[in-house]
Amino acid sequence: MFTSVDDVSARLAATGYLASPAVATTVFLADRLGKPLLVEGPAGVGKTELAKAVAEVAQARLVRLQCYEGVDESRALYEWNHAKQLLRISAGRDETWDEARTDIFSEEFLLTRPLLTAIRGDDPKVLLIDETDKADVEVEGLLLEVLSDFQVTVPELGTITATRRPFVVLTSNASRELSEALRRRCLFLHIGFPDEELERRIVRLKVPGLDQALATSVVRVVGALRAMDLRKVPSVAETIDWARTLLALGADTLDETVVHDSLGVLLKHQDDVLKAAAKLDLDAV
Amino acid sequence: MRIGTGETVDAAQAVAALGLADRELLREGLAATLLHGPAQRQVFDPVFDLYFPRGIGAPEGESADRDDLRDRLAAALAAGDEMLMARLAAEAVDGFGGYGSSPASDGWSSHQTLDRVRPQTLFARVRDSVRAQSGASGFTDRLLEDEIRRRIETFRRQVAAEARRRIAERRDRDELARRAVATTPDRLDFLYAGKLQLAELRRTVQPLARKLATRLAARRRRTSRGSIDLRRTLRGSLSTGGVPMKPVLRRRRPVRPELVLLCDVSGSVSGFSDFTMLLVQALHDQFSKVRVFAFVNRLDEVTPLLVHGAADPEGLGARIRAEATLTGWHGSSDYGVALGEFAERYGDAVGPRTTVFVLGDARTNMSDPNLAAVGRVAERARRVYWLNPEPQALWGTGDSAAPAYAELVDMHECRTARQLSALIARLLPV
Repeated sequence: MFTSVDDVSARLAATGYLASPAVATTVFLADRLGKPLLVEGPAGVGKTELAKAVAEVAQARLVRLQCYEGVDESRALYEWNHAKQLLRISAGRDETWDEARTDIFSEEFLLTRPLLTAIRGDDPKVLLIDETDKADVEVEGLLLEVLSDFQVTVPELGTITATRRPFVVLTSNASRELSEALRRRCLFLHIGFPDEELERRIVRLKVPGLDQALATSVVRVVGALRAMDLRKVPSVAETIDWARTLLALGADTLDETVVHDSLGVLLKHQDDVLKAAAKLDLDAV
Repeated sequence: MRIGTGETVDAAQAVAALGLADRELLREGLAATLLHGPAQRQVFDPVFDLYFPRGIGAPEGESADRDDLRDRLAAALAAGDEMLMARLAAEAVDGFGGYGSSPASDGWSSHQTLDRVRPQTLFARVRDSVRAQSGASGFTDRLLEDEIRRRIETFRRQVAAEARRRIAERRDRDELARRAVATTPDRLDFLYAGKLQLAELRRTVQPLARKLATRLAARRRRTSRGSIDLRRTLRGSLSTGGVPMKPVLRRRRPVRPELVLLCDVSGSVSGFSDFTMLLVQALHDQFSKVRVFAFVNRLDEVTPLLVHGAADPEGLGARIRAEATLTGWHGSSDYGVALGEFAERYGDAVGPRTTVFVLGDARTNMSDPNLAAVGRVAERARRVYWLNPEPQALWGTGDSAAPAYAELVDMHECRTARQLSALIARLLPV
């Protein structure tokens, strides 16, 4: 899919995703080695966005499995279309039992869910398994077969193997420790907060109307907040939100009042807001 | 770190795909294939720097004199140019870090380099020059000082890495990789962790607590699935002619356990108790009631100081020591008196649903361990666990009363965050 690491950066950038060297390298390797990519990092640094950007670059269909507590085989892999099966049975009452049975467990009655969808078919696909850590441990067992051999076993149909391997991205916020077996099958990428220069470029790209000087100030304030000991430090998504807010407020420079009034966009806990206000000397106003 | 054959093969393929031309690409490629978690990066990077050094020997160019170097460093700090700072770090170590003259005893010292170059004294100069350039105004100006401090800190780290690289050229690299590279924070020994490392440990509290909380919740959910309630199943089966179609499960009353923490906060083990208190505070909503008591040789309740969310980890230990009465006539810990005081004054804090954790090294400074008081607490509580940050081999040496206490209550060795989280997950009542 990609010819070099620079190629990855350039093409991701063309879709509006500015990748750090670490991100570009890992995406390149995941493509070359044909291994799934496990992406961890704080919320709002662009883990899911990465999968979308890769799908856009590869002109592939994005198949998304959103994990949650209680997601199970029938939500992740496949289900039998019971209603249709019943219709089929009642439509052919005069058939023998053997004919009917072989019939209703065929492809026609199979409802494919994300994992099976990603494996079947010849068109290029990006499989995004979002928030893997939210799923129960049993689902990880299910993923192991899919991720190591790119195959799924349906008892009635046999094993379905991928003819064309999808590019797999798993994301996790590390709220639960993923099993060692799952980690071993993946390349690991930790996306942290970008450095100042990269974040400035991201802000400029996402908020086109913002002028250079204000973007610099925005990134500096966010950097200062991240260095504080807060319950939830602002992420890239919040930086962009804040930049948009400032633009909407028509602020052309940062001052105490503007920052004080819009701090809620960046910080999500009241005690964080108070702490930041104290450290930045906002209450003097 | 556990790295198996599979990872090694992947790493080799990564190297083949990326080539050896770009050092940073290689670094990211190896990290992606070999590592399994963000904490390991801290070990990986220094080791990578040792085995794939940026260069060999001294940096190019003549070594400059000190004032010239400081001038250039000030300019680099003002510009925030990390590449230039790294180059200056190499120059600084080369020019001012060498010591010894005989081949056997010479080496490179980051400490000595920093002592001579003194980057921290450039602070005012850098600040003034940045202000002069940008025309000192506006809101962001007040961020400047912290930013410069962070840049100086970066430079100090660069010097340390450079010194390590130069040493590695002369000494055995494998040996150095084993000994000079810091370990991941969850394996740090509580008793020997320095101030910076403790700060690092505190940062691991939140993720750790979240992990434990999900694990506890999952365990609670599993146990609550429970057994079949035969009476209600049969009652329900009447509507289907006595065929029990739908098994009814016995409902459980959700019981949230109560927790009492007794923490030795004397100097020798304070890092350990601080960390544990923070962890328990973060797990607060898992329990119906948490009470925390701190002691040195007197005991006092500190639960109000640990209000959820409001405590700042840095000042916690200091605040406890300032606001609670923990010491009597002397400053060393006395388990006998403190535990006796607990049994006497706060005996009613312990009931049949309470799990008590005692945190401390059980070093009584030769005073009476007051086993009777511990016995009384153990009788009333559901369980009593003692977490001891000392290695088990040292229990009972010197003034340690650990073996005597261990006969009365469950004592566990708990030296690192990793051990602590494993223990908490195992011991906490659900």
